[in-house]
Amino acid sequence: MATDADSAGVLGRFVDAIHGPNTMGESRRFWAAFGVVALLMVTFPLYMLESAVTNMSQYLALTLLALSLAVVWGFTGVLSFGQVAFFAVAGYTYGIVGINVAGPLGTMAGLFVAVGVAALFAAVLGYFMFYGGVSDVYVTIMTLVVVLVLKTFLDQTAGDKWTIGEAALGGFNGMPGIPDLALGIGEPFLVFDDFTLFYAALLALLVTYLGLRALLNSDYGRVMVAIREDEDRTEMLGYDVKRVKLTVFTFGGALAGLSGVLYVTYFNYISPSELSLTAASLPVIWVAVGGRKTLLGPIVATVAIERLGLFLSVNVGDWAFVINGLLLLVIVLLLPEGLVPGLRDLVSWIGDRRDEGGTDDTTEPSGEVIE
Amino acid sequence: MSDTADGMDPAVKQTSAELATGVDTDTILKTEGITKRFGGLTAIDDVDFDVEAGELRCLIGPNGAGKSTLLNLITGALSPSEGEVYFRGHDITEMDPHERIRRGLSIKFQVPSVYEDLTVRENVRLPIQRLASGAERDERMADALAAAGLSAKADVAASALSHGEQQQLEIGMAASLDPDLLLLDEPVAGLSVDERAEIAERITQLNEERSIAFVVIEHDTDFVAEIADHVTVLHQGETFREGSIEEIETDPEVQRIYLGGETDA
Repeated sequence: MATDADSAGVLGRFVDAIHGPNTMGESRRFWAAFGVVALLMVTFPLYMLESAVTNMSQYLALTLLALSLAVVWGFTGVLSFGQVAFFAVAGYTYGIVGINVAGPLGTMAGLFVAVGVAALFAAVLGYFMFYGGVSDVYVTIMTLVVVLVLKTFLDQTAGDKWTIGEAALGGFNGMPGIPDLALGIGEPFLVFDDFTLFYAALLALLVTYLGLRALLNSDYGRVMVAIREDEDRTEMLGYDVKRVKLTVFTFGGALAGLSGVLYVTYFNYISPSELSLTAASLPVIWVAVGGRKTLLGPIVATVAIERLGLFLSVNVGDWAFVINGLLLLVIVLLLPEGLVPGLRDLVSWIGDRRDEGGTDDTTEPSGEVIE
Repeated sequence: MSDTADGMDPAVKQTSAELATGVDTDTILKTEGITKRFGGLTAIDDVDFDVEAGELRCLIGPNGAGKSTLLNLITGALSPSEGEVYFRGHDITEMDPHERIRRGLSIKFQVPSVYEDLTVRENVRLPIQRLASGAERDERMADALAAAGLSAKADVAASALSHGEQQQLEIGMAASLDPDLLLLDEPVAGLSVDERAEIAERITQLNEERSIAFVVIEHDTDFVAEIADHVTVLHQGETFREGSIEEIETDPEVQRIYLGGETDA
């Protein structure tokens, strides 16, 4: 645990809080690399085309969706296919509020209402599942069914009957004209489009990543991991497993909702296709490929898979799905713990070979077991 | 949405329940007419099972006698078909397991249930972090590691421990909850003679120094004789005999049910 943090008060405590056995990346080398990547991301618009920057905002928004599943599944052991439901519910809610309440206040209110509605939806669903004794694979099935029911419902919401104020749900054609997120009272002083949306998404990701590191290494995070590892043992240590699962599931719904809001402000549009079977399985793929017991894995995998998907669909058309799918299968079969833990093990293996018994800088002792 | 049953003051509840039921305070655990049916099979049939505070009780019986089922009914892992469970005078029949644990019950499962992918230190931390923080937490974790004989292996993954060490670790975790009653389901199954002796010593020590009452399920009669004050024999879901180890060992009826066609462990 390489933290010389005791000297530095609040900062020291923050540094301590984001380090621990439940997240990887402890060494100076890790944080140096993290700084380099952060700098590259901050300066991204300087050396990339505008289209690449705006595409990146979309991927960054989706990393929050991936992280919502990493928290619920990767760290608490509840495999949910329902993250896209909270994502879409927030997207639609933001659209309804933003279209009906003009100006930046409407969009700011829309953001909070949307995230709140997504969290409430997750809380209600979670309550009936966890307190109704639904567990393991049945949670997975139920969440998938919820997604498909929601899609079926939204598909048939065409026409005036399904108009809320001035916002038409629009059936399978979706809801256009969703305003950009904006800050201000009356006149907006900051509108999140193109570059500003990129920075908003980047900031949201950075805050979420560091916040989740602190959460997962806290006492509460350790209980989450304990539930993933052995639910019965954890209950029999006096922890209210159902309540922890409900809380985490609700939080995951809120995070997926935030992702949904950022995503619809990028397209100014949402449709029920966000709730297709493919869309519902994408977060599971991002998280599984990247490494479900990590935070970095899902982030990296989301950006990589989405970018690769774009590249393939431009260059090989419909074959993109096939090639992408095969790549995912190969990765999951070769590296069952995911890409990022696989790379981590590779780096530490090379390090071990280079300096036998030297400085322990690439991994911490328990890093092989959990991360 | 929140579980409203939690957060009650145990002391207050206990007193009112005692008045209501007239359970005397030396009896820490009491089951009344407890029955568990799985479809047509009655695994536990109208059992009244009492444990005194600070007592060390062994629960024996042939395979299928219902021993583990009885423990599961006490912890709340299973709910009874009929009957009630009282703990420290309070009716806990309807409580979730974690609420019972918070009232002073603790269990070591039959199959060692440690968190295999976590380090030994993280394993020990989990029960203790709920009860203590700061320096007190560190101290209690160090004590728990030392008591389990695992201080040197604190940073090893629990999966790398031997079977005996895992049993010690789980007993340590269960004991670090500061329970009034600790349930142990076959704590020495599959252990060597030396390891058995260590576990026996550990149980006796916890019982004598910290006045923890025990209910221990065990097949090995030598082990039972070494630790127990008092033995309950379950047979076909019913209480068959209760008494001192000498009485039980020499009882021809007990010998008959152990040898008479039942599959022995």
